[in-house]
Amino acid sequence: MSEEIEKNNVALPEPGSLVLSTSPHVQDGDSITKIMVKVLICLLPAVAASIWFFRFDAIRILVYCASFCIFAEYGWTLATRQRATVGDYSALVTGVILALNLPPGVPWWICAVGSIFAIIIVKELFGGLGQNPFNPAAAARVALLVGFAGPMTQWAAPAAGSLISGATPLGAIQAAKGSAEAIAHLGAPDNLMNLFFGNVGGSIGETSALAILIGGLGLMAFRLIKWQIPLAMLVTIFVFTGIVHMAAPGLTPNPIYHVLSGGVMIGAFFMATDMVTSPITPLGALVFGALIGILTCIIRIWGAYPEGVSFSIVIANALVPLIDRMCYIRPFGWHSHSASALQIRRGEIK
Amino acid sequence: MLITILVSAGVVAAVGLFLGALIGFTAKKFEVQTDPKIEAVQELLPGANCGGCGYAGCADFASAIVTKDADPSGCSACSDAMLAKIAEVTGKAAGKKEKMTAVVFCSGSFSRSERAADYNGILDCRSASIVAGGGGKACRFGCLGYGSCARACPFGAIEIRDGLAVVHPELCRACGKCVNVCPRKLIRLVPASAQVHVYCNSLEKPAKRRKLCKIPCLACKKCIRADESHMQMQGGLVRVNYSNPPEPAFVEQVKCPTGALQVEEIHRKLEAFKPAAPAPKAAPAPKKEESK
Amino acid sequence: MNIPIKTWHFHGGVHPADGKALSNSVPAQRAPLLDRYTVAIQQNIGAPPKPVVAKGDAVKKGQLIAEPGGFVSAPVHAPTSGTVGDIVEVPGANGGAIQAIEIISDGKDEWGSGLDPIPNWKNTDREILKKRIAEAGIVGMGGAAFPTHVKLSPPPEKVIDTLILNGAECEPYLTADHRLMLERTEAVLEGAAIAAKILRVDRVFLGIEENKPDAIAALNEKAGQYGVTVVPLHVRYPQGGEKQLIYALTGRSVATGGLPMDVGCVVQNVGSCAAIRDAVVEGHPLIERYTTVTGTPVANPGTWILRLGTTVEQALTFAGGVKTRAAKVIMGGPMMGFAQTSLGVTITKNSSGVLLLQWKETAEYSSNPCIRCGRCVRACPMKLLPGPVSVMVESENYDEAEKNYVMDCMECGVCTYVCPAKRPLVQHFRRAKAEINAKRRAAKAKQA
Repeated sequence: MSEEIEKNNVALPEPGSLVLSTSPHVQDGDSITKIMVKVLICLLPAVAASIWFFRFDAIRILVYCASFCIFAEYGWTLATRQRATVGDYSALVTGVILALNLPPGVPWWICAVGSIFAIIIVKELFGGLGQNPFNPAAAARVALLVGFAGPMTQWAAPAAGSLISGATPLGAIQAAKGSAEAIAHLGAPDNLMNLFFGNVGGSIGETSALAILIGGLGLMAFRLIKWQIPLAMLVTIFVFTGIVHMAAPGLTPNPIYHVLSGGVMIGAFFMATDMVTSPITPLGALVFGALIGILTCIIRIWGAYPEGVSFSIVIANALVPLIDRMCYIRPFGWHSHSASALQIRRGEIK
Repeated sequence: MLITILVSAGVVAAVGLFLGALIGFTAKKFEVQTDPKIEAVQELLPGANCGGCGYAGCADFASAIVTKDADPSGCSACSDAMLAKIAEVTGKAAGKKEKMTAVVFCSGSFSRSERAADYNGILDCRSASIVAGGGGKACRFGCLGYGSCARACPFGAIEIRDGLAVVHPELCRACGKCVNVCPRKLIRLVPASAQVHVYCNSLEKPAKRRKLCKIPCLACKKCIRADESHMQMQGGLVRVNYSNPPEPAFVEQVKCPTGALQVEEIHRKLEAFKPAAPAPKAAPAPKKEESK
Repeated sequence: MNIPIKTWHFHGGVHPADGKALSNSVPAQRAPLLDRYTVAIQQNIGAPPKPVVAKGDAVKKGQLIAEPGGFVSAPVHAPTSGTVGDIVEVPGANGGAIQAIEIISDGKDEWGSGLDPIPNWKNTDREILKKRIAEAGIVGMGGAAFPTHVKLSPPPEKVIDTLILNGAECEPYLTADHRLMLERTEAVLEGAAIAAKILRVDRVFLGIEENKPDAIAALNEKAGQYGVTVVPLHVRYPQGGEKQLIYALTGRSVATGGLPMDVGCVVQNVGSCAAIRDAVVEGHPLIERYTTVTGTPVANPGTWILRLGTTVEQALTFAGGVKTRAAKVIMGGPMMGFAQTSLGVTITKNSSGVLLLQWKETAEYSSNPCIRCGRCVRACPMKLLPGPVSVMVESENYDEAEKNYVMDCMECGVCTYVCPAKRPLVQHFRRAKAEINAKRRAAKAKQA
């Protein structure tokens, strides 16, 4: 027998050299880094659209945000003497998404403040990746909007094509409020096409619904996001604004206008679906998406701010643990008469 | 303009004063009467909430001392001076208590033990012991070295050095948390006055022990034979008699062949132990000359 | 039978790389007789058997060497004729060391079990058949090692109407049951018929995954004669898990904390069925089994008929040794098997496979945080929340983990397989279960 082994030239494993772990002993090969890279690939259409419409401004903001985010995370892990985590690309993803949420005219220090806020205060102070309750990019956008309203509302025209009246589509609603005619004019098919392709003012990444949709479909194809969230969010916004538009045509434009304008598309596909800050149960994801939709509509139609997506996402993030608890799925084989499970949960028996 | 400021300031000040008075009044009126002694005793206790006394934290123990006559020496983290102070406050004499310390009965650091496997999993002793006996070391009675005891200790008295848990007796308050956590039951509370211990827990066949670790107790009983009043067998393990522990000089005298019997200070340093040179073989008795 | 049977799909599951092509087309080979076998004494769940032979005793093949230690126990028999050696310690598959009886072979390999064949089992009393199964030491050979005679004796208040044969073999790399069903088709079916007679059931389903078309065809030819319905099942791990199998074939879900007999079913592995047939018809107790020795480092992967007491080292030499460096040696399959540290582990009644993995194929666990991606939730066949529960276990919050049904986890490993953060989820759950059980025991002791 041993001659056969020598023929094969490899000895049987030596004691002490084998790996010991619990089962399972194989994995499917995916990793956090690979997921982040796929998300970046799905962001490329939106990035390309932003550069197409806003030229150098877009490149400038993207580079600043990405760099500041990466340096902020690296600096933090260095200062707190932890293993460097920038290698998992999550800081880069946050940087890109934050950049896509900023108006084209922002100075460099807005990018810096936003990035540092997103990475250090919203993410690292809570414990790093996986522990943050709030979406870093959304929370940073909210903080910047509230703290630096001036620079954050300077809108520039896109480099190509014509502008609709009013600096951004949502700003245009405020301008046209009260007049059913003006609102209807906003919702005209020409304008909707502009909205769809991105030929409008707004943050550099949120204008082109088409680019975001391509990226969003990519996310769903790669099975990176919980599809219930964008579905629930878009359907809710559509239905809610549809009802309001039919009831009060002078108040708000038609639902297609709402879905294609502002941060709804990018919020639905790239921000609300952030894994760490969204519910983990399928039903919870639906409720979460619907909640964001309702809040967005309320803020847009009756609130002081023209845009409500970032606020809604942050509010809904705070409710995620509660949503998960309420939408919990029963284990396989749980019967209404099986005493053990439910009674333990209720504390009726130990 | 000035009037506005004054009026606003005045209103805010008035509201503040009113609310402050309200809070002060309700704090006094609805105050829960507690015995001031309980607070005084609680101040004197270490405040680590380690649970070593058996009560739910220092506040609970303080109230038990004052109201239920609990013995303050139940707090293993208290020094004698602190116990005396507590006795002053309560007016009851505190019981006498011997200072105890925890000892990890193993010498098997990573460099001294044979490796059984390359362990890949949760770096926690209790979790690792679930995986096929657990951990990377070959000896299944020894210290796993992943630090569950160190994390459990509320006083930071346990250090993991080269994969071996070592207790610092000056920091240990004998609360017993480490004893409960160790999956191999390696840690015991012993009198702090004992400075010599047998640092091995193996129940393996003695012949096999050398293959698993460089400093095993071989159960050769040389130390027991040297002085039966200081050493004894306990459940298959050679142990120091803690009611009559030996002095450090005993270790020099006995010359344990492996170094498992060791003085605590030297064991803590984890230096490579040089076994004593074997006693020279007695010369064979000269052959008796045939009687003519 | 070719009547299409309705099947149900269970929640979740995963489809890992198969690996079965390494060994599923090679016929099973009988291992040559060895000089020495170290037969583990405890090869069953329940009471440990007690040795009845002493050093130096002469034994025949199949002779009793350890008798049952209680009702829930199974005897152990000599794998060959020869002399009894010492009682030695061998490494156990679950770690630690277990006792084993050494049998030194005399080379003659003569049978002498003392059990008479019962060819006319159809007209034999059920109790006699059950007694024969108990005497033959048959246990669940799919991995559980639960004594079969106990499983075939459900309490009278549990009405059994279905016998399910588990031929799914959903674990990657393992092909022992596949080859058994292909090469000993009638033995499997006859054993099933015997079990059906003991249980007095008419409905017998054999669940088999669709990736074994040759075995399905072979079984379909003969199944009708024995009253068995062959049901091809969707290929998805863990299709062969008891609860998932029962759900797939009958649509009934076993309650949390319950057993198959609560829903009127008894599940038997096909290997146990073949062993039942050998015990009854030939009078041969359980002394050998079909085992897959496989993995890319193995020179000649395949299925072997190994006698109990063969060491893994010997099994690997039969298979030609290793041709590339192995990082892991696993008893069982890659999803639920046990990693070994020593090659002295012996083949026992429930050793379905010996699997070697290279470094690049092996899982590598890390302490990354849970990123709440939800893949584990989608994949869990028991519909639990693996990610959040593992975070509770990390914070040592076992009460919360218990409320989130961690005790219902069947440790199939699907959640850990899909986790992108490479967290050792199954280890967290095993730890939680150990802590909860310890707490329950302590509470019970306090009450007593």
